[in-house]
Amino acid sequence: MTADPRAADGRTVVPLDPSLAPPGTRGFRDAGGIPADRWHADQNGETLVPTHCCFCGVQCGMYLRVDHGGKVFGVEPRNHDINRMRLCPKGINAYQQVNHPDRLTAPLMRRSRDEELREVSWDEALDFTVSEIKRIQQTHGRDAFGVLGGASLFSEKTYLVGKFARVALKTRHVDYNGRLCMVSAAGANKLAFNIDRAGNPFSDILLTDCLLLAGANVGECFPVLTQYVWGARDRGATLIVIDPRETAVARTADIHVALRSGTDSAFFNSVLNVVIEEGLTDEAYLAAHATGWEEVKANVAQYPPARAAEICGVPAEQIVQVARAFARAPKAMAFHARGIEHHTQGVENCLSVINLCTATGHIGKPGAGYGTLTGQGNGQGGREHGQKADLLPGGRSILNEEHRRQICEVWGIEESELPAAGTSMMEMVWQMQRREIRGLIGICNNPFVSLPNYAVVKEGYDTTEFHAQFDFFLSETAANAHVVFPVTIWAEDEGVMANAEARVVKHNKAQEPPAGVRTDTWAMCEIARRLGAGDKFAFGGSRDVFDELRRASAGTVIDYSGITYERLEETGGISWPCPSTDHPGTPRLFEDGTTYHTDGKIHMQVVEWHPPADPYDDEHPMTLTTGRTVAHFLSGNQTRRLGALVEQTPRPWAEVHPSHGFRNGEPVRVVTRRGSEVFPALVTEAIRPDTVFIPYHWPVPTAANALTIDALDPRSKIPEYKVCACRIEHAATIDEVPAPPVAPGHVAYPETQVSRTDPLPPTAPQGRGTSERS
Amino acid sequence: MMGRTIFIDPGRCIGCQACVSACRECDSHRGKSMIHLDYTDEGSSVASLPTVCMHCEDPVAPCAEVCPADAILVTADGVVQQADTTRCIGCANCVNACPFGVPKIDLQAKLQMKCNLCYDRTAYGLAPMCATVCPTGALFYGTLEELQAERPGVQVADTFVFGESEVRTGVAMVVPAERVQWPVPGGLPVVEINGKDVRR
Ligand code: SF4
Ligand code: SF4
Repeated sequence: MTADPRAADGRTVVPLDPSLAPPGTRGFRDAGGIPADRWHADQNGETLVPTHCCFCGVQCGMYLRVDHGGKVFGVEPRNHDINRMRLCPKGINAYQQVNHPDRLTAPLMRRSRDEELREVSWDEALDFTVSEIKRIQQTHGRDAFGVLGGASLFSEKTYLVGKFARVALKTRHVDYNGRLCMVSAAGANKLAFNIDRAGNPFSDILLTDCLLLAGANVGECFPVLTQYVWGARDRGATLIVIDPRETAVARTADIHVALRSGTDSAFFNSVLNVVIEEGLTDEAYLAAHATGWEEVKANVAQYPPARAAEICGVPAEQIVQVARAFARAPKAMAFHARGIEHHTQGVENCLSVINLCTATGHIGKPGAGYGTLTGQGNGQGGREHGQKADLLPGGRSILNEEHRRQICEVWGIEESELPAAGTSMMEMVWQMQRREIRGLIGICNNPFVSLPNYAVVKEGYDTTEFHAQFDFFLSETAANAHVVFPVTIWAEDEGVMANAEARVVKHNKAQEPPAGVRTDTWAMCEIARRLGAGDKFAFGGSRDVFDELRRASAGTVIDYSGITYERLEETGGISWPCPSTDHPGTPRLFEDGTTYHTDGKIHMQVVEWHPPADPYDDEHPMTLTTGRTVAHFLSGNQTRRLGALVEQTPRPWAEVHPSHGFRNGEPVRVVTRRGSEVFPALVTEAIRPDTVFIPYHWPVPTAANALTIDALDPRSKIPEYKVCACRIEHAATIDEVPAPPVAPGHVAYPETQVSRTDPLPPTAPQGRGTSERS
Repeated sequence: MMGRTIFIDPGRCIGCQACVSACRECDSHRGKSMIHLDYTDEGSSVASLPTVCMHCEDPVAPCAEVCPADAILVTADGVVQQADTTRCIGCANCVNACPFGVPKIDLQAKLQMKCNLCYDRTAYGLAPMCATVCPTGALFYGTLEELQAERPGVQVADTFVFGESEVRTGVAMVVPAERVQWPVPGGLPVVEINGKDVRR
C-alpha cells in the first residue's frame, strides 16, 4: 500500500491498496481503461475533451464528445481517479444541456412586472441594470442592492461574485445558495477544527472498518460514491445508515437506524453516552488532542439510550449496537449530508458526530475520519473565496481587521470602503419583503424552487423594485425577473471546482458559447466597468481571475497559491491547503494530530438536543421531510429539461407508509402550516409511519418547498428543510407539474413533455419509474 | 462460461438507471435503451435489478433459434447480436421466445432491437456502456477471475430454470454463496418456499 499520499513527482496519489480498488475498476484500468491520449486523438472525427460533471460534489471525470463542427454531442466515461469510469444518470445526460433548444441566447428584459419579457441587446439590458443599481443605491443606500450567487459556479466566478458585490456595488449584501446546502457542516468544522472541509479523501472509505452514513442518501444523491461504499463492504466493513427512510444503501446496511427526523443530535449524544459507559473512548487521544471533553462527557450523561430511544423513536438496543460497532472498529468513518444538516440545529447535529469521532479517536488516519457530502458540484469551493455573507477570500472573516486589510491590499481599495458582513440568503429574502433590499442580482440560483416557504420567497422577490438574474435556462426565478442575462454553461468556459474531498479539479472548455451568450465573468466585469470600477475588474477570463484568487488565498488555511491550471491538468486534482507550487496538496487532514486552531486541538462542543422549530399538534401530527431523487438536481432547472431524466422521474410524489390506507397513485394532500398540495401517493414500507417524504425539485403547485418552514439554524442560517409538522388527507385530484419556463419565441422542448401528462406517479419504491414506460 | 462477460449483482443495484441512460447513449441503438430495470418487491423494498441480454449459450439463443428470417446471429465468441436490419421482418417471434423478456420490437421500423453486448466497444477491449458507468458495480464486465479478485468470495451462477427447462447463459448472475449449486429460478413455478428448495 502506498502509505505516503505524495508521490515523488508531486502528483497527488490517493493512498490506495491495489487490492482495495473500487469494485469493477481494476480490470478496466489495466486493460479496458481508456488511455486518455488515445481517446483524445481524433478517432471518428470527434474530439474528446476531458472535464468533470457539472452536478454533484463527487465531480466525476468525463469526456465530452465534440464533433467536427466544434459542438458537444455526447459523453464518454473517463477513467479519473474519483469515479473510475462511473457516472450516474445525471452525469450521462448532462451534455444534453449544452445545445438544448431551451438555452437562452439573448438578454431578456421588461421595465415592469406587468410587461412580458422580450429579447433585447446586451447593451440595453446592461444599461437598464446599471441605471437601476444607481437609482436604488442613490435613493436608498448601497446596502439596498444585493447579490445572490451560486455554488454550481466555478470557484473563479464565486470569487468574482464576492468581489463584484463588495467592490463594484459596495454592498454588504451578498450570499449564495450554498447557504441552503452544507453551511451547517462548515460551521461545525470551523468550531471543532478551525478548517472548513472534510477530513479524508473518498478513497479512505475503502480502508475503513466501519462506515457511518448519517442523513446521506448516497445511492441517489452521490451515486458514484456507492462504489466506495460497496468496496468497503467487500472488505467486511460494517455499514451503519441513519435515515428515516430505507434508502437503497440503507437496505444493505448492517444497522439501519430509521430515526424520527430532527432528533439526530439526541441520537449521537446517546451513542457517545454508550461509548463512555462501555469504556470504549480513546482517552489517550482525547488527552493529547481535544479540549472540552469533560463538558461533553458530563452533557451526554443526560442522554442514556432509554431517553434517546424515546426522542428518536428507535429501539434503545440500536443505539448500543451503533456505539459498539463504531467505537470498536479499528478504523471508522462518519459521513453526513443534508439529512442532519438541514435543521435549526444543523451545526449541533454535525458537532455531535464530530464529538463521537473525536472521543473514539477516529480522526486523521487512513480509513478514519469525518466528512460532509456536498450536494452541489462546487458546494465546497463556492464558499471558500468570499461569496458568503461573512467571508472574504481564503475563508477570511469580514469582521477581522487584519483579514480585511489583507484583502483590501489585493483588491486595491481602502479598508474603509470594504462593507461590513451581510445577512444570509433567507434573511435577504425577508429583507426584500420588508423593502430593506430593493434591488437584486441573482447569479445561477433558483430560489423559487429551492428556498423554503415559497409564499414568502415569492412575496420577497415581487416586492423588489429591480431584479436581474444570470442563467442559461429560464428558471422559475428568472422568469419573474426584470432582466435575464444569458450566460455560458459549464462546458463553454474553463475553471475549477472543489469537490466534497476539497480536491480542486479543472473543468475544460469543450465548445464556443452560442451567439449572444457571454460568460458570467464577462457580464459581471462589464457591469462593474459601467459602474465605474472597471480598473478592479480588468479580467480577460477565468485564468486571470484564478491568478488573483490564488494570491488572495495565500497564507490562509484555504491556500490555493500552489495550485495552477497546469498542475491540475497533470494531476487530475489537488486538495487544499496547497501553499506552494511544489506542495502536493493535502488529501487527508490532521495526520499529525494537530488541527488548525492555534492550540492545535479539536475543540469539542457541548450539544443539547432541542425539538424542531415547527411544533407537532393534533392537526399536524406527522413529519414532512424532503430530499432528492437520483434523476434530478437541486431546483431541477437543468434536469427537468432533459428527456431521459424527465422520463425516469417525471413528477414528485408523497411517500407514505401503508398504515395510512392510501393506495399507490391515489391523491394525497399534504398539509403544513404554510399550505397544502396534492401529490400521488407512493406507498412503501421503506419509510417511517409517522413521516412523509416529498422530493423537492419541482415548482409550485408541486413544490415541496411551498410546504417547508423558513426557520433557520441560528449559527449557520441554514433552513430547516428536513423537518416540519404536517398531516395527510385524501384528495380528489393530483396537482399537475408545470413545464419549465422557456424564453419568448422558444417552443417548449417536446421530449420533456412526454411524461408530464402521465397522471400516475412512478410506482417503484423511492419514486423511480420503471424503465418500461412506453 | 465465456471469457469477458457481464456479471449482474442485484445486491449492489441502487436502481439509479445510469445503465439505462448509458445504454441510450451507446452508438449501436442510439436513443433507445435495451436494459430493463426491475423492482422485485415494490411497496415493501427499494430493491431493484437490471436485466441485460443474457446471451444464452445452451440451448443456443432461443430468440435466434426461432427467428424465421435468420436475422439474429450469434458470433463465435457467444455474443447474440441484435437483428440484422436488412433481414428482420419485425415478426416478434424472438420477443415471445426469450425467457428473460429482453428483445424489443420497434413496430414502425419493423425491427427487433436488443443488447448486443456493445459489440462496437467490446471488440476494442472496452467494457459495454452500462457496465462501464454503473456506479455501484451491480453490472460488472470482465472475467470471473477479475470479479473474484475484486470481490473476495463472490459466487456466480449462469444457469436458470424455467419450469422444466434449463438455460445456460453467457452473462452470469452473482448469487448468495449457499445458492450456487442450484440453478437460479428464472420464472414460474416457484422453486423455493421459506428458504427451502422444493424441486428436488
Ligand atoms: S451527478 Fe455526481 S455522481 Fe452523478 S455523474 Fe455527476 S458528479 Fe458523478
Ligand atoms: S446503473 Fe447499476 S446501480 Fe444503477 S440501476 Fe443500473 S445496474 Fe443498478
